Amino acid sequence: MRNWRNLRLSAGAAVIVLTVVVAVAAPLIAPYGPLDQAPEVNNRPPFWRGDGGDIHVLGTDPLGRDLLSRTMYGARVSLLIGATAVLLAGTIGVLLGLLAGFVSGVVETVIMRLVDTMLAIPFVLLAIVSVALFGQDLLGLILILGLTGWLGYARIVRGVVLSLKEMPYVEAARALGAAPPRLLVRHILPGIWTPVIVVATQQVGAMMIAESSLTFLGIGIPPTIPSWGAMIADGRAYVMLAPWVSVFPGLALTTTVLAVYFFGDGLRDFLDPRLRL
Amino acid sequence: MTSYIVRRLLQAVVVLWGVSLIVFFLLRLAPSDPITLLLAETATPQQIAEARHELGFDRPIYVQYLLFMERAVQGDLGRSLFYKEPALGVILRSLPNTLLLGGIAFALSVAVALPVGIVSALRRDSIWDYLGVGLALIGQATPPYWLGIMLILVFSVNLRILPTSGSFGPEYIVLPSVTLAAVLMPIVTRLVRSGMLDVLHEDYVRTARAKGLRERVVVGKHALRNMLIPLVTVLGLQLTSLLGGAVIIEQVFAWPGVGRVAVSAISSRDYPVVQASVLVISTAFVLMNLLVDVLYAWLDPRIRISG
Repeated sequence: MRNWRNLRLSAGAAVIVLTVVVAVAAPLIAPYGPLDQAPEVNNRPPFWRGDGGDIHVLGTDPLGRDLLSRTMYGARVSLLIGATAVLLAGTIGVLLGLLAGFVSGVVETVIMRLVDTMLAIPFVLLAIVSVALFGQDLLGLILILGLTGWLGYARIVRGVVLSLKEMPYVEAARALGAAPPRLLVRHILPGIWTPVIVVATQQVGAMMIAESSLTFLGIGIPPTIPSWGAMIADGRAYVMLAPWVSVFPGLALTTTVLAVYFFGDGLRDFLDPRLRL
Repeated sequence: MTSYIVRRLLQAVVVLWGVSLIVFFLLRLAPSDPITLLLAETATPQQIAEARHELGFDRPIYVQYLLFMERAVQGDLGRSLFYKEPALGVILRSLPNTLLLGGIAFALSVAVALPVGIVSALRRDSIWDYLGVGLALIGQATPPYWLGIMLILVFSVNLRILPTSGSFGPEYIVLPSVTLAAVLMPIVTRLVRSGMLDVLHEDYVRTARAKGLRERVVVGKHALRNMLIPLVTVLGLQLTSLLGGAVIIEQVFAWPGVGRVAVSAISSRDYPVVQASVLVISTAFVLMNLLVDVLYAWLDPRIRISG
C-alpha cells in the first residue's frame, strides 16, 4: 500500500515535470510554429511525410497546422491557467474563510450566504454572462475561474478555524492575553495550510478542465493562443475525416490532469492520512 | 417537520435573492452602457431613450433593482433580441430538454456508482477496489466534452450504431446522457465508497453481524440505508455540476437545451436570453435542492421529529 502511494506521488510528479519542461521549451523543441498554416496539407494523418521531407508526427489540423507543435504549445496555457486561477481562488477563499470563521456574526452570515448563492449558479453560466458582458480575454478568464472557484476553500477554512478556536492551546493563548492578530497568525494559520494545499492541488486539474471546457465552447482562451480546448473544438467538425485532430490534445489534457490528481491524492495521504477516502 | 421545511424555504428564497443581485449588478459592471446590451444594435436614439426611461435606467440604482425585481417576479426577464419574444419563454421551451438529459444522466450514474462504490468499500484494497477507484479517477480527469467526441468517434463513426448529434428520436439521447453520466459517476462512486466505509465501522453494523445476520442483510439493510441519508444531501449539491456539465455537453451533441440556447445567445448578442438562462437554471437548482431537503426529512425521522 505504501509503495503504491509513493508510486502515485512520484508518477504524478514526473508527468507534471515533463509537461512543464515541454511547455517552457516549446519554442526550442516544437518542429513547427504553432500558428503556421499550410492549407495544402490540412487534415493529414499521424506520421505523414510530405514530398519535401517534412514530417508531421501527430498529423495536421483543418488549417494544416502541425498537431505536435500545437499540443506542445497548448501545455503552456493549461499550466498557466491551472496555476494562476487556483492561486487567485485560493487567496480569496482563504481570506473569506478566515474572516467568516474568526469574525462571527453578520460578516460570517453574509459570506456563508454568498457561498450558498454562488453554489446555486453553474460556473459555466456565470462565465457565459461575463463573456457576454465583458468580452473574451486571458485575464478575464483567470478572473472568472478565480472568482467562482473559491467556495470550497472558504467552507473548509471556516470549518477548521471554528474548530481550532475551541482548542485548549488557542484558549490558553487567548487567556494569556494574545491579541486577535497574533492568535490568527501564530495559532490558527498553521492549522489551515494542510487542508488548503490538499484542496489546491486537486483543484489545479479541475481548473484545467474548466478552462478547456470554456475554450471548447468558444468563450475561453482567444483563438490566437494555441490551447488544448480549442484544438479539440477544431476537430469536433472533422471527427469522421480526421479524428486525430481531437484525439491528441484530449489525451494530452487527460494525462496532465490525471497526473495532477495522482500527485494531489498522494500529497494528501502524505500530509494528512486522516483525510484519506 | 413543518418548521424545518419553512426554514429551508426561507433559505431558498435568500439564495434566489442573492442570484438576482449577482445577475443585476454584473450587468451594471459592464464596460458598455447596459441599456445597449438589452436592445437590438439597430435601435434608434429615440428607442434607446424610451427604453432607458421605461426600465428606470435614469433613476437611482436601488430603484432600478426594485424595478428589475418587480418585473422578474412577474416572469418578465426582458425580450429576446434574436427570437423577438419574451426571454423567459425561450429558456422555458428548452428547459425540458436539459432536465431530461440531466435526469437520465443522474439515474444512470447512480445506477452504476452505487454498486461499484459498495463493492469497492466491502472489498477494500482488493483488485476490485483499485479498479473502481482507478476508473473513477480516470473519469474525473477526462474532459467531458472530449469524452463525448470520443464516444461519437466509436459509436457513430466506426460502429455506426448511434446518431452523432441532434434530437430526432429516443436514440439521440443515448450518447449525450452517457457522457453527462460520466461527469457525475466518479464523484458518486467516491461518495458511496467513503460513506459505506464510514458506516461499516458503526456499532449497529457490528451488532447486526454479532446477531449472526447474513452479510447481505447487514450490508443491504443496516449499512446501506444509513449510508443513503448523508448521500442524498451531497447528491443534491452535485446537481449544479450536472446542470453545468449539461450546458457543455449539449454543445457537443447539438442537443437543444438551455446551454445551447445560452451559448448561441452570446454570438447573437442576445443578453436578455443569457440573463434568463442563469436565473432559470439557478431557480431549478434551488427548487431541486428544496425537494432533496424535504426528501431528506422524510428519510430521516430524527429531522422530522426535532423539526
